[in-house]
Amino acid sequence: MTNNALLRLKDIGRDFDVSRPWLNRVIEGAPRQLLHAVDDVSFEVRRGETLALVGESGCGKSTLARLIVGLYAPSRGRIEFDGVEISNPAAHVATARMRRRMQMIFQDPYASLNPRWRVRDIVAEPIRVLGLASDEAEIAARVAELLDQVGLAAEDGEKYPHEFSGGQRQRISIARALSGRPEFLVCDEPTSALDVSVQAQILNLMSELQARLGLTYLFISHNLAVVSHVADRIGVMYLGRLVEIADAQELFARPRHPYTRMLLDAVPDLEMSGRQRTPVAGEVPNPLAPPPGCAFHPRCPHANERCRTEKPQLIWRGEPASACHAVEENRI
Amino acid sequence: MSTSAILEVKGLRVEFPTRRGTLVAVDGVSFSIAPGEVLGVVGESGAGKSLTGTAIIGLLEPPGRIAAGEILLEGERIDRLDHDRMRRIRGRRIGAIFQDPLTSLNPLYTVGEQLVETIRTHLEVDALGGRARALALLREVGIPAPEARIDHYPHQFSGGMRQRVVIALALCAEPRLIIADEPTTALDVSIQAQIIQLLKRLARERGTAVMLITHDMGVIAETADRVAVMYAGRIVEIGPVREVIRAARHPYTSGLMGSIPKIGAGAGKHRAQLVQIEGSMPRLNAVPAGCAFHPRCEKCFERCKRERPEPRPVGTNLTACWLYDEQRTAQA
Repeated sequence: MTNNALLRLKDIGRDFDVSRPWLNRVIEGAPRQLLHAVDDVSFEVRRGETLALVGESGCGKSTLARLIVGLYAPSRGRIEFDGVEISNPAAHVATARMRRRMQMIFQDPYASLNPRWRVRDIVAEPIRVLGLASDEAEIAARVAELLDQVGLAAEDGEKYPHEFSGGQRQRISIARALSGRPEFLVCDEPTSALDVSVQAQILNLMSELQARLGLTYLFISHNLAVVSHVADRIGVMYLGRLVEIADAQELFARPRHPYTRMLLDAVPDLEMSGRQRTPVAGEVPNPLAPPPGCAFHPRCPHANERCRTEKPQLIWRGEPASACHAVEENRI
Repeated sequence: MSTSAILEVKGLRVEFPTRRGTLVAVDGVSFSIAPGEVLGVVGESGAGKSLTGTAIIGLLEPPGRIAAGEILLEGERIDRLDHDRMRRIRGRRIGAIFQDPLTSLNPLYTVGEQLVETIRTHLEVDALGGRARALALLREVGIPAPEARIDHYPHQFSGGMRQRVVIALALCAEPRLIIADEPTTALDVSIQAQIIQLLKRLARERGTAVMLITHDMGVIAETADRVAVMYAGRIVEIGPVREVIRAARHPYTSGLMGSIPKIGAGAGKHRAQLVQIEGSMPRLNAVPAGCAFHPRCEKCFERCKRERPEPRPVGTNLTACWLYDEQRTAQA
């Protein structure tokens, strides 16, 4: 791993207890049931880059985003931000200091803004909470500057969220995230609730802001085409585990893991090149009862006996890295 | 338009009378669908594409109403039919598939019961015959082990399998026309590809006309034979899918195509900015005079602000844009 890393995850795991209620367990003898939403995930995000995480519903990408910003505590493993551990509950002072430097943008711009607050108060909240300014005139000037930065007018601060369209609301969310002067933004599907033409506006705005403010992004999405437009590096997740991580160009040119290949094949062909697509088989298995061995083996055309019994590990000998026996044995 | 078309829509206008005046949600929409043809209807939220579909199956919610135009199913007008006669056509001659497979199925009945009920409502068969037909349908839409699955409840199916059941329901009475409203939007990419293949195969094999409503150009490119692009309640361009995607005539269509992120457009450090259309689609109570797209159009000139363009032939497409009219007069 390089020492240029801003964020580093080491063997992160998060379980959710989805057991039946206590009384049912006593009476019916039902066992305790744990859902491994994220398991054994390690990667780093380098300063100034965009790392994208892709995967289908239930692959754990949103849980991972919440673990990083501290909305969930990890069950196992260690998260470091700028060299300081932020996953240790005992060191909450240091953690809080580090967390000031990161912000999150959520998927649904309708649910993530308080409908009873004026936009200027929404955008000013991080400034007030983090104590970045106390003088009201100074705060107002900063809010106006932020709104301008995301392509809204200063007068829009007087309005309420319902007066804006989805794309404009997502701009407000971005202004709010930027108001704490973060270095690191976790973006959880920031454009998937938006129409394509609006999505293009938001994606362009985000890369503009990244260049201007030197931001580092962790960008979470299910859409490979969107990811190809924003990411420097891409991590692919399947059923709670990271199965491949590589430079973006490398991943699209030479995908290694069979799941990555399948995802790329499933992207509709807009160029109408008549490209032959391998039909995708099967569905994501139930995360409560994941298949033994490699979780992808029931859908994988290259699976053999070893894949059915032994869980492949993502081996870090630099990137690209993939967790696949077939790739490791040079079978594909 | 050929007389053999299964569905023909002429000058359809859907209005919503409100206290502050009448909102026109769909205006002057005309198209037809031939047997075995898939017509894609694409547009952003609020373009009126779903309402067009709802108007055809006669499920407009009051106060919404068809204010003008004709809808012909196999040459017979169906837009003025009373409730009972329309109900017999729905399901029997027009099948509908909606976005969310979970809300289209009754959670309290098994899949088999729902299929048999629908089959026996529309066809003269006994319970046994109905069950045999239900089994055949489940097999046809690609549900593994249909003999066991037929007695399962909807919650026991995964999202992709549920959507297959909904498709089977729509096919029960061998309808001549299927209206599929965002059938793949709630599904993951890998499942999406499977459902697209299925719809395409069914249309071809059975000679069913399919109206595929979606916001996703990728889905259209993979499935449709022709595509209609809607903006602010009107069709701005309609033509063969290849022509519309590769050589869009209308500035909105070409803007829309440019704003779609594409894989292979240079990932990582070499990525390009997305084309963006400034602004957003007008609200129904503030549709601009002249061409509804003119405030966002880069090629807008005087006439666009005054007169509303109608779809006219431009090459293989019908395009509602004054740009081509000017060219024609200039050439003449």
